[in-house]
Amino acid sequence: MANEILEEHINKDYEWGFITDIAADEAPKGLNEDIIKFISAKKNEPEWMLEFRLKAFRNWQNMVEPEWAHVSYTKPNFQDIIYYSAPKPKKELASLDEVDPELLKTFAKLGISIDEQKRLSGVQSNIAVDVVFDSVSVKTTFKETLAEKGIIFCSFSEAVQDHPELVKKYMGMAVPPTDNFYAALNSAVFTDGSFCYIPKGVRSPMELSTYFRINASGTGQFERTLIIADEDAFVSYLEGCTAPQRDENQLHAAVVEIITHKNAEVKYSTVQNWYPGDKEGKGGIFNFVTKRGICLEDNSKISWTQVETGSAVTWKYPSVILKGNNSVGEFYSVAVTNNYQQADTGTKMIHIGKNTRSTIISKGISAGFSNNSYRGLVQIKKGASNARNFSQCDSLLMGDKCGAHTFPYIEIKDKSAVVEHEATTSKIGEDQLFYCKQRGIDNEKAIGLIVNGYCKEVLNKLPMEFAVEAQKLLAISLEGSVG
Amino acid sequence: MITIKNLHASIGDKEILRGINLEVKAGEVHAIMGPNGSGKSTLSSVLAGREDYDVTEGEVTFNGKNLLDLPAEDRAREGLFLAFQYPVEIPGVSNINFLRTALNEIRAYHGQEEMPAKDFLALVKEKSKLVELDSKLASRSVNEGFSGGEKKRNEIFQMAMLNPKLAILDETDSGLDIDALRIVATGVNKLKSKDNATIVITHYQRLLDYIVPDFVHILYKGRIVKSGGKELALEMEAKGYDEIKAQFDSLES
Ligand SMILES: Nc1ncnc2c1ncn2[C@@H]1O[C@H](COP(=O)(O)OP(=O)(O)O)[C@@H](O)[C@H]1O
Ligand SMILES: [Mg+2]
Repeated sequence: MANEILEEHINKDYEWGFITDIAADEAPKGLNEDIIKFISAKKNEPEWMLEFRLKAFRNWQNMVEPEWAHVSYTKPNFQDIIYYSAPKPKKELASLDEVDPELLKTFAKLGISIDEQKRLSGVQSNIAVDVVFDSVSVKTTFKETLAEKGIIFCSFSEAVQDHPELVKKYMGMAVPPTDNFYAALNSAVFTDGSFCYIPKGVRSPMELSTYFRINASGTGQFERTLIIADEDAFVSYLEGCTAPQRDENQLHAAVVEIITHKNAEVKYSTVQNWYPGDKEGKGGIFNFVTKRGICLEDNSKISWTQVETGSAVTWKYPSVILKGNNSVGEFYSVAVTNNYQQADTGTKMIHIGKNTRSTIISKGISAGFSNNSYRGLVQIKKGASNARNFSQCDSLLMGDKCGAHTFPYIEIKDKSAVVEHEATTSKIGEDQLFYCKQRGIDNEKAIGLIVNGYCKEVLNKLPMEFAVEAQKLLAISLEGSVG
Repeated sequence: MITIKNLHASIGDKEILRGINLEVKAGEVHAIMGPNGSGKSTLSSVLAGREDYDVTEGEVTFNGKNLLDLPAEDRAREGLFLAFQYPVEIPGVSNINFLRTALNEIRAYHGQEEMPAKDFLALVKEKSKLVELDSKLASRSVNEGFSGGEKKRNEIFQMAMLNPKLAILDETDSGLDIDALRIVATGVNKLKSKDNATIVITHYQRLLDYIVPDFVHILYKGRIVKSGGKELALEMEAKGYDEIKAQFDSLES
């Protein structure tokens, strides 16, 4: 009986694992300067962009894949990956804005509305979405509405064509192409992603979002997102992602950069749900991502919120460089690992300006045979007077075959700094579960309640419709993990 | 309501319940008393369906159903409520959300629709008054940071919300000052009807001044060794358990 229920859970585990049958325009496998030129040519890029790529590639060739994370996996063979794959429409489309019906179906199945007329179920405000399918952005909604406010929201490729001065100025500012192995790789081969610029004094009238979907097999996904909030601007940005269920591992190495000017604020929320592999640990996405924001000027704020439930291996540290005085960095994270998933995730808060503040709330949940690590750096540079940080890292264990680890690094070069760190490890208690059951709540619902309660501080930071999604996802990810 | 026949339960190789027989009818209040470690909490846990214990012998019928066949959540849904001796904290889950989930799960089991939010809130208001529960506690996380007395009061509040057929109160009086005791007892008495029943577990007679039992049973070493009316509680209070202990310990050896 118990086994049957477990089976059922595991089988329905990843409901986004389907494959869209669509012809693709692909680059040959492998990585060399010709491939990079191929990608650049496909995108009709200006010379400076190609130069940026080639420089990054030459750097990357001299770099080694990092091994310090608490994860183990077979390193990808970078010559065995397809670096460009674009869905090829079955027929000539009437306009560039038209989307292949096969793709429309895919996104409808994923619950993503790329039809501006249609509101997402039960959601009051609309959300503008940039949809990235494998290597290309297939559709960006609400562009015109946003343009009226002077907001630029488009695919990265379009931004390179239409706003080269902005791309040139900001790209690589938060994540230089030499930053790390995967960032360098991304800088060389990135194919698309989202670009967003909020002009001075504008608060975005709606939430902006990117939805990433890996479909083709044997491909890697290397997208870049660049968000710039000019003086007094505000935007809340959402990111979601899924991928088909496949036996081989697929690489996702993205870069996200955020730049805030004076008094500006960017809130970036992610619900990461890449395919995690099967219950034996076969397949799944390698999620090696560099996300960093820079509070360039005074009184600005960058806030990262992430709910990480997917991927076979996660290596991800959304960070904030607090350069402007009085700037604020936040990191709120829930990372769930089940079965054989591995996550090494956390943040870096680099305090450079005076009176800078940062908050780190990390909630790790490990189940099955998984490993879940928090890794965080709080760095207070000399001259960053009155900097403050508060960190809280909690781990919740479900069962006794999984692992939870905390690696906090603190470097203080200014005496006036106040840095607090709290950490707890707890187990989901049989007592809690029995208490719930005695009130008529079954095991599954009880786990959902307890886990959502445990993550509440983080879930509260998510926009409403995202929070509901995240709660469901948490429950699904942990199904069959206790009792 | 509930009929317990020759119930044996153990944990590991340790037999804790060694042949319990008890019948509780609708409208009745039974008190179970006994020294520490005699198996009172074990009995309530076994009835509520805690899986740590192995039931090795015996049967329990609850409203015509074989109770021991049901998973814990279904026993609750059938109307069995346990006010825990040590209520559990669930951080981040508000009392309200917890109870709404519980109530709707129970309703779903009986084929009823979810209770509309408005009715639910009205019910919360009504029932929290009954146990004089501070309305702030209703929106706080389940038992988190509650004082001992608040936790016990919260148990009775939950009982009032879920309206069970059979309530087992496991030492609800311990940790309560005399005022809180009176409030809790008044609450329990108000919830009493001819259609439900209560089992009050305690080892002090004090509570029974307020919740007057129809029957009193003395549990010792996993057996009910003596039963009687409410005067038995007074007798135990006066004499202590030593006589009973001596009598049954000598029988054992
Ligand atoms: N989970 C358990 N593991 C081992 N022994 C237990 C457990 N629960 C109860 N016991 C033992 O069973 C006996 C009865 O305990 P309990 O039912 O709590 O008694 P009471 O509630 O009457 O004080 C005690 O000897 C206690 O130590
Ligand atoms: Mg007890």
